[in-house]
Amino acid sequence: MGFRRMKASRIFRSAVVAIFLALLAAPAALAVQTAPPGQSEYVPIKDLPPTDQMPAAPLLIAAYAFVWVAVLVYLWTIWRRLGKVEAEMRELAQKTSRR
Amino acid sequence: MRKAFAPLVVVVAALFVSAPYFIAQAPYESTMGLIQKIMYFHVPSWIGMYTAILVCGIASAIYLFQNNTAADRYAVSAAELAVLFGLMGLVTGPLWGRKAWGVWWEWDVRLTSALLLELVFVGYLLVRKYGGPGSEKLAAATALFGFAVAPFVYKSVDIWRTVHPKTSVVPTLPRVMAGPLALTALAFVLLFLVLLTLRVRLAERQAVLDELYLADED
Repeated sequence: MGFRRMKASRIFRSAVVAIFLALLAAPAALAVQTAPPGQSEYVPIKDLPPTDQMPAAPLLIAAYAFVWVAVLVYLWTIWRRLGKVEAEMRELAQKTSRR
Repeated sequence: MRKAFAPLVVVVAALFVSAPYFIAQAPYESTMGLIQKIMYFHVPSWIGMYTAILVCGIASAIYLFQNNTAADRYAVSAAELAVLFGLMGLVTGPLWGRKAWGVWWEWDVRLTSALLLELVFVGYLLVRKYGGPGSEKLAAATALFGFAVAPFVYKSVDIWRTVHPKTSVVPTLPRVMAGPLALTALAFVLLFLVLLTLRVRLAERQAVLDELYLADED
């Protein structure tokens, strides 16, 4: 049971690492999709199609929100890992006191 | 550090709560407008990362040459934070670039070297996690490599032609823009200290647990 749980946990960790690395590579994939074609003449911004006229506010909000979410998620991981270590310590103390 | 922790948390919270007001008061940049305000979180993210790399590099050197395990705990904690702050910079940068340059990403020297620097510290953490016994020394050497490379990443915009603004831009900012930037930079450095204190505490508890397991085996 313990071995199976350890194996599942290892698979989960490997999946998290794989997703993280894939996210780091995402800008490259996006760059390929969004690189603009060479421009031959001046185009005023009002003449651009609506999809190309990106509003700034959602990007600004996304940037600030990401920083906050990243800090909160990191704090949560520290809290979770600390809880795990403390639980293991209690378990070990109980085991040794039973002997 | 422990005694200063609670006041430090209060100061960091106060800085982050007041930051939006000062950022909103700062004038718009002439060509980029609103999107340029990402600078107030983007630049401090990299300042946070460079601070983390500095701590990680020094602590790794102390661990490598003096075998000081306390320094190793600081090194691993700072490496994790280097990845965290680097990730903030790598995400906020493309969000700014999409509007300012028209593309999310450009494989120029600054952006690519910054991504590689991030990957060096991701590599550090992977070595620590999956490297087995003795991986601490290998990871410390990796950290020294990252520490040595970081100044080149910073100066890359001045050495090579790149789409990214040069390092000379920030010192020329008017006081109304430099003020909020200094405030958020200070907030990020102090946030780094808060997170470092918490992460080192976790590393210390893990070390105690390892000792208990060893004693139990004996």
